[in-house]
Amino acid sequence: MEQHAEVLIGRTWPQRVPGWRDLIAIALVIAIVVLLGSGARQMIAPLVASRGATISLSPAALPNYALRTTLRMLAALLASLIFTFLYATPAAKSRRAETVLIPLLDVLQSVPVLGYLSFTVVFFVSLFPRSWLGPELAAIFAIFTAQAWNMTFSLYQSLITTPTDLIEASRSFRFSGWQRFWCLEVPFAMPGLIWNMMMSMSGGWFFVVASEAISVGAFQVALPGIGSYVALAIQQRSLAAIGWAIIAMTVAILIYDQLLFRPLVAWADKFRFEQTAAQVVPRSWVLDLFRQAPLMKFVTAPLGSGVQAAARARLALPRRPAWLVPLIPSRPIADVAWYGMAAALIAYATTRLVQFARPELTWADVKIATDNGLLTLARVVILIILATMVWVPIGVAVGLRPRVASKVQPVAQFLAAFPANLLFPVAVYVIVTFRLAPKIWLSPLMILGTQWYILFNVIAGASAFPGDLREAAASFRIRGWRWWREVMLPGIFPYYVTGAITASGGAWNASIVSEAVYWGSTRINGGGLGAYIAQMTEAGDYPRIALGIAVMSVFVISMNRLIWRPFYAFAERRTRLD
Amino acid sequence: MPSQNAERGLIERRSRAAPSGDRVLEMREVHKGFAKPSGEPLPVLADINLAIAEGEILGLLGRSGSGKSTLLRIAGGLIKPSSGTVLYRGKPLLEPAAGIAVVFQSFALFPWLTVEENVEAGLDAIGLAKAEARRRTQSAIELIGLDGFQSAYPRELSGGMRQRVGFARAMVVEPVLLLMDEPFSALDVLTAESLRTDFMDLWIERQLPTKSVLIVTHNIDEAVMMCDRILVLSSNPGRIAAEIPVPLAHPRDRQDSEFRRIVDEIYSILTSRTTESLSAGNHARGPFAHPLPLVTVNRLMGFIDTLAQAPYNGQAELAEIAEAFSLDVGALFAIAEALHMLEFAELKESAIKITAAGRLLTQSDTEERKRLFREHLLRFVPLAAHIHHVLSEREDHRAPRERFELELEDHLNPGDAEKSLLAAIGWGRYAELFEYDDDARIFALIGSNSESAL
Ligand SMILES: Nc1ncnc2c1ncn2[C@@H]1O[C@H](COP(=O)(O)OP(=O)(O)OP(=O)(O)O)[C@@H](O)[C@H]1O
Ligand SMILES: [Mg+2]
Repeated sequence: MEQHAEVLIGRTWPQRVPGWRDLIAIALVIAIVVLLGSGARQMIAPLVASRGATISLSPAALPNYALRTTLRMLAALLASLIFTFLYATPAAKSRRAETVLIPLLDVLQSVPVLGYLSFTVVFFVSLFPRSWLGPELAAIFAIFTAQAWNMTFSLYQSLITTPTDLIEASRSFRFSGWQRFWCLEVPFAMPGLIWNMMMSMSGGWFFVVASEAISVGAFQVALPGIGSYVALAIQQRSLAAIGWAIIAMTVAILIYDQLLFRPLVAWADKFRFEQTAAQVVPRSWVLDLFRQAPLMKFVTAPLGSGVQAAARARLALPRRPAWLVPLIPSRPIADVAWYGMAAALIAYATTRLVQFARPELTWADVKIATDNGLLTLARVVILIILATMVWVPIGVAVGLRPRVASKVQPVAQFLAAFPANLLFPVAVYVIVTFRLAPKIWLSPLMILGTQWYILFNVIAGASAFPGDLREAAASFRIRGWRWWREVMLPGIFPYYVTGAITASGGAWNASIVSEAVYWGSTRINGGGLGAYIAQMTEAGDYPRIALGIAVMSVFVISMNRLIWRPFYAFAERRTRLD
Repeated sequence: MPSQNAERGLIERRSRAAPSGDRVLEMREVHKGFAKPSGEPLPVLADINLAIAEGEILGLLGRSGSGKSTLLRIAGGLIKPSSGTVLYRGKPLLEPAAGIAVVFQSFALFPWLTVEENVEAGLDAIGLAKAEARRRTQSAIELIGLDGFQSAYPRELSGGMRQRVGFARAMVVEPVLLLMDEPFSALDVLTAESLRTDFMDLWIERQLPTKSVLIVTHNIDEAVMMCDRILVLSSNPGRIAAEIPVPLAHPRDRQDSEFRRIVDEIYSILTSRTTESLSAGNHARGPFAHPLPLVTVNRLMGFIDTLAQAPYNGQAELAEIAEAFSLDVGALFAIAEALHMLEFAELKESAIKITAAGRLLTQSDTEERKRLFREHLLRFVPLAAHIHHVLSEREDHRAPRERFELELEDHLNPGDAEKSLLAAIGWGRYAELFEYDDDARIFALIGSNSESAL
């Protein structure tokens, strides 16, 4: 620890003179503010006459594009965060709201991201017809739909599992609801929430092409950003431009990871609930910089204590006045009213949907969509099995070697965050050149991005595998297949299941962008439900888009209920040692 | 320095002569039931009438599941009784009150706050001026002996220091009534002793703002060491079975004969409650009305083997043997009750005595032990006999766990039902009466040639 002396000195003489850390910190802050400001100004600029904004394939344009794209993602992340708080809180606090909101969230997250885009883009554009703001909002909304749901689930999950003894302690100290929320429940939820924000950010990148180069039926618009750049590169068959885009995106991901997520993770480490000291404390040079720069501390300290004061203010709701109490309906009556209302709303929505679909759709359509769904299902299952066979042995081999694991793990996490669809054009180029069968060779693209979740969860599982069990197995000379079946596989099973659930969900989502792809004007179609939805979106055939989305939702939800949930329950029960 | 605090007037000095008789908290006809899965209420506490006087420490003893924690939560306003009234300083207590603080067995500290912030959090609801809050926090920290640890996070502290934070956090609100739910039971023996001694010193020297204390404990010695009065709770539902005054001056001496007499008295009260409820359970309310104590066969065998040998030679005072094994009452009575049920030993007053069958058991080899255990299990443990009977009746000699669970939950609360079933599984497996597959959650007779589900 070479900083030790400085830290000590800093403590005895709280110096207020700006040091070199301040200079860096200030430069960092100003740079970020200026960049974000200029990006935002461009966003609300008036719409220039022609809709097809001129996207340049010059690498020099890329930094600006990367900035704009990142800004959209951050805006969407902020929106997701707000949504998360507004949605998860009532779901966790009110039994009645829960019974409606949670199943709804399950459906919302099973709808493929592009499904939302096709239905909402026209609405957003009509909101601000004369400015870029309309398409911008549509794109941000599309990214939002890729980010929000898992964050919401995470907060809900934390809120309902807040340890009861802490709740009782806060009640016995007579915290108000506001205090309890901010001083107990949110801190408890923080690590999960931040982890899910990082996952969401990766998820957002994946749809960046589709959400920036919007094309629904006759409506086409390209927002300046990496997504549009890639779309244009595909159109013009420029492999070089795609290479530049990959580089730009890698840099962008690395930068916001260092500037935003690392500091967040390092900061949120104190909210970890386990009472044991962590082996590896996450660190961030940015956070250290801001914590140690004296001037910055001087500036941020009042801010910090302001936030604290707000969180700790009572803000209790006034008591219910006595005269109101008899007017509040009794529980069963309120229940009947609430569920009646929910049922009526569902009935209304269903009749509207039927009215909308009836004249257009026939049973034959349903059959086509279902058949396509089965094809995609087969792909997902086969790919998960293949990925398992490849990555489980590798993950175990890596996880059992701590030195290797500490190097491989960040790479695996980065690969999971990297938008694999940027590599699609390369794959398509190969398929076209070598005339490979698209039905088969397009399939691996679905899992290109999400297989890493299996890898890094298995690595985590193998690293956490108790050393004494390994030694016991060695001393009984359990080897070969028996070692896998009796020792290692049961040990990593819960971790594997967690990774596989994420991978399979991601694969379904990816099917829309990977089952039908372009290279210039060449279109290759591998069939399947994703290709079906993509095709209908291009044609602007709304009833069939809706049908495709509905079928996909049903597939995803059934797979979760019938396969993953029992697996997960089994893993929890079987591998507990108490 | 504690005395300085007292002079600053933060902590009020007052006489700790005999309890003054002013009632800080009173419960009248308190009942509490929790809803069973089927919806009907299951009584946990019944006919609770008690008063906590100013200046006294009141102890609460009873076996696991007798409702001690529930009673304490009611006293803290954290849960409402199903019927009856709770008065705090003469006024009905409907929610947590300003003058009542709780110390938790699990400490219940906020892991993301430092020691200082944790203590100050106790003041958040009061809305003191910042300077005043700081001052009170600081003096509570000094009083409880946490000085120097202000900026540490709970995860950096040992269990003992964590519980000190728990105490400081409770003390900072200057509570009139302090409620403690097994505050020392998560600590090792030495740490518990030092924390208890420190607390008692502060109490005796009247350095605490607190007027009365209600403490739940599993440790009879601890109760007699600290309390002015001890209530013993019976189970199913919990009622106040006995009240034992402890008229000894502080500091108390464990070796003192009067101290020993009170400890023995409490043991014999607990013993008679246990044997009574066992025989009442067998006769009045059907075979399942009494939950099985969750004890492993290993513990039973270890206990009875020791009991049979010198220096006990088949008979021991409970207090003595508890100390020898360093068992708390909960664990001790679970073992004693199981042996009593199985008729390998007999509980009488404050002693446990081996029976002829028990003697035989200790002299047998493994196979013979199993046979004897199986015989007694079938004869004296209705649940085990019932499971065996059902399995024998069935054609495939298999039955799902759920079947027995539902049956048990008609008589017991879900926690006790689960524990009873677990105990029966452990004993039945040892006795080779039946086997149980936890993956499929199925019971089967041994040798019914059951291919397991996976
Ligand atoms: N919220 C609840 N819902 C249903 N049953 C409950 C609830 N809380 C407690 N019980 C049941 O009430 C009974 C009494 O519980 P309590 O925790 O008060 O016992 P205790 O005497 O403190 O036990 P221990 O010594 O193990 O701490 C238990 O059988 C428990 O299963
Ligand atoms: Mg308890």
